[in-house]
Amino acid sequence: MLSIKNLHKKFGKLKVLDGVSFDIPTSGTIAVLGPNGSGKTTIMKCILGMVIPNSGDITLNDMPVLKQWDYRREIGYLPQIAQFPDNLTVQELINMIKDLRSAPANESELIDRFELHPFLSQKLSNLSGGTKQKVNIVLTFMFDCPLYILDEPTAGLDPISMIRLKELIDRKKNEEKTIIVTTHIMSLVEELADEIFFLLDGKIYFRGTVDQLKKETIQEDLEHAIANILTND
Amino acid sequence: MIKILKYSFFDLIRSRWSYVYLLFYLIIGFALLFLNNNLSKAIITLMNIVVVLVPMIGTIFGVMYYYSSQEFTELLLAQPIKRRTIFLGQYLGIALSLSFSLLVGLGIPFLAYGLMQSGEIWNFGLLLIVGTFLTFIFVALAFAISLRNENKIKGFGYGILLWLFMAVIYDGLFLILLVTFDDYPLDKFTLAASFLNPIDLSRILILLKLDISALLGYTGALFQQYFGTGTGMIMSLSSLAIWTVVPMWMIVRSSGKKDF
Amino acid sequence: MIKRVFLIYIISFLTYGASAFTTEVCHTCEVNNLADAIRLSHRGDTVLVKPGIYECSDQELRKPITLIGEKGAILDGQMTGYILKILSDSVTIRGFKFINSGKSYTKDYAAIYSYRVRHFNIIGNEIENPFFGALLEKSHDGVIKDNLIFGESKQEDDSGNGIHAWHCSNLLISNNTLHGLRDGIYLEFVTESEISNNLSHDNIRYGLHFMFSNNDKYLSNTFQDNGAGVAVMFSKFIVMKENKFIENWGTASYGLLLKEINDAEVENNTFRENTIGVFVEGSNRVNYVDNRFESNGWAVKVSGGCYENYFMRNNFISNSFDLAYNGKLNDNKFEGNFWSTYSGYDLDKNGIGDVPYRPVKLFSYVVNKTPEAIILLRSLFVDIINFSEQVSPVFTPDNLVDPQPSMKPF
Repeated sequence: MLSIKNLHKKFGKLKVLDGVSFDIPTSGTIAVLGPNGSGKTTIMKCILGMVIPNSGDITLNDMPVLKQWDYRREIGYLPQIAQFPDNLTVQELINMIKDLRSAPANESELIDRFELHPFLSQKLSNLSGGTKQKVNIVLTFMFDCPLYILDEPTAGLDPISMIRLKELIDRKKNEEKTIIVTTHIMSLVEELADEIFFLLDGKIYFRGTVDQLKKETIQEDLEHAIANILTND
Repeated sequence: MIKILKYSFFDLIRSRWSYVYLLFYLIIGFALLFLNNNLSKAIITLMNIVVVLVPMIGTIFGVMYYYSSQEFTELLLAQPIKRRTIFLGQYLGIALSLSFSLLVGLGIPFLAYGLMQSGEIWNFGLLLIVGTFLTFIFVALAFAISLRNENKIKGFGYGILLWLFMAVIYDGLFLILLVTFDDYPLDKFTLAASFLNPIDLSRILILLKLDISALLGYTGALFQQYFGTGTGMIMSLSSLAIWTVVPMWMIVRSSGKKDF
Repeated sequence: MIKRVFLIYIISFLTYGASAFTTEVCHTCEVNNLADAIRLSHRGDTVLVKPGIYECSDQELRKPITLIGEKGAILDGQMTGYILKILSDSVTIRGFKFINSGKSYTKDYAAIYSYRVRHFNIIGNEIENPFFGALLEKSHDGVIKDNLIFGESKQEDDSGNGIHAWHCSNLLISNNTLHGLRDGIYLEFVTESEISNNLSHDNIRYGLHFMFSNNDKYLSNTFQDNGAGVAVMFSKFIVMKENKFIENWGTASYGLLLKEINDAEVENNTFRENTIGVFVEGSNRVNYVDNRFESNGWAVKVSGGCYENYFMRNNFISNSFDLAYNGKLNDNKFEGNFWSTYSGYDLDKNGIGDVPYRPVKLFSYVVNKTPEAIILLRSLFVDIINFSEQVSPVFTPDNLVDPQPSMKPF
């Protein structure tokens, strides 16, 4: 469904992506891992068209996406830092995004799930980081999309919300959606990821399941497996 | 685009700064009318204020709004909306809300002092047209600058510098050139140079109203033709329109290339 | 009783002899043209012309008679020469309309011409599109009143003046309206005369133009939108009061040009929306009192040596420049004027600003040197240099100040 070919991106002199290629043929959850600055967010933003690659191709359902915009209907994106217009209330923000996207949304179920009712009429500037992240999650999942891209979705979440988020991702997986997620929480990866893409030096260094990664690095748990990759270099 | 415009507009209209700006004009308007008790004089004073102040406010608001709404912009970028739509929408939102403050802030005091019954309605209209043009131009320039500068401080600095250049330094250089080369025929250069600065253009529109008798004292045929007929007014207004469109095009261009 | 009847007889005889005949002229009358009527009349007679168009050119008036035109009486000069020539004392011309007066590049044809006469009256006439309207030479003690003289002149060289007087004295020129001519009123070597309540507008050159004319008074006239305003040159002891100089725009245009004028009084006049309100060149001992200078490009421009001019209680309101000085300052005084750009304060509340006002701006020097710089008027940069010059004068003369600027307009 999503295909990336030979993607290159430089920010000034810094090479961030140096020929990244991959295919995601079916549904499932893919965890994109890698050290800080390895280009995880850049790939995601390339898919969304927020970062414009120097070269390479991206297709979604066999349609090229570069310089297009309508394909974003197919994507739910959860950005890393949740900052919203300060003057709006939560309800207004949700309504606005619904209005802009003009697609059916099931926000009420998500508001229940993350217990956001008391905050609906509050201004976004008054919300805590965790609450903002919950709003962020609502905005991402309230539309029914074949592809979800989640950049550090757990940032600032309390354990209960974290569990609810996992349930949500699981459900989407069962609905045969594709979910691409970056995170530093390894337990989340172990629980959810069907496949891992490990990015290093602007390339995909490793691609496979959690077990394959453990096997290859001869490590018992995932964190050590990753540390092993990084120190071997 | 209308949707983005609407959200930016209402977002700004509800912000504290819009009220401050609106209040500022209300106070200035009433104060000038109270002190002069004369619509015509108040308009003359306001013209001097508007030509300098509106570009500054436009620049500062434009830069501030751009940087403070960056996250909101990213939120929008992930939605199925064209980039051009997002930035032009935001730009128009802020330019309209500032113009709205200007129109309402000055309109209320002048209407209250009986503008409609006076012969000053055209001069007042010109004042508002010039003010609105300058708002649109300088907010667009501010957006274009911000789009090219990731660093907030830098963007702010360049914005203020641009304003300072257009409002003061440009005229200083202009005058030095005129005085240095006054042995040569300068009227073409003079007219051309004033078209290259929107603040000068607006000022000339005002001169056409207030100082036409002095302007016509100059011997150059080009000046005579320009100032003595309606040409000056039409040319100046259409140049202001060009000055609005060019930075808008710059916004579209650099927003298409930029990484977020 | 007989004595008394005789007296009545004597008196009635005398009045009969003194009282004049009136000859009526109309197309169906016994006398149907002006020339015959004039030939038939005697000293002191009146010729009354009924409505109608009468051909009349180079008609000479060689005896003291009164010509009266009823409303609609038109004298047609048929584009040849003069229409009426006053060549005798005590001639009155009243109520006619003059058309088709001759035009020439070599002779100064006029609708009404006078030469070496006294006590003439030209009253209530209308002169349409003449070369010269009234041309008066070496004539004295005349009244030119309530006339309307207008043309459609476009160029100086093929047009003449409305009222043109040369070597005359004791004239009263009042309540005339003059427009579309070369000069509205032109006076050369005219003395002891009063020019009052005239309206002279839209003339190609000057609304009023005089030279070598001493001891004259100009009162309550309006000069509006003339090509170059009003020019006053080489004259002494002139009084100009309550005149209006309005909307004289253009490169070399001024409300009032004073050139080589000595000992004049300029009082209570209004100068509004002129490129230059008053342009003074080589004039001495002129008092400017209680005038109003409003919305001019330059209210007062002084050029060349001007000594002992005195500006008092004038209003300077919303002029682009209040005063421009070219050359040296020579004992000219500014005292107690109102300057709308004055920004000083009055702590002792006596109505006089506590800080002296400097009416000459640095920028006016710049514009004098580089005229194109006018385009930078009212820019922030110019305000800044003007302000810094105001605070510490470097270029502007140190002693050119109004030490007692008024806080309120007069």
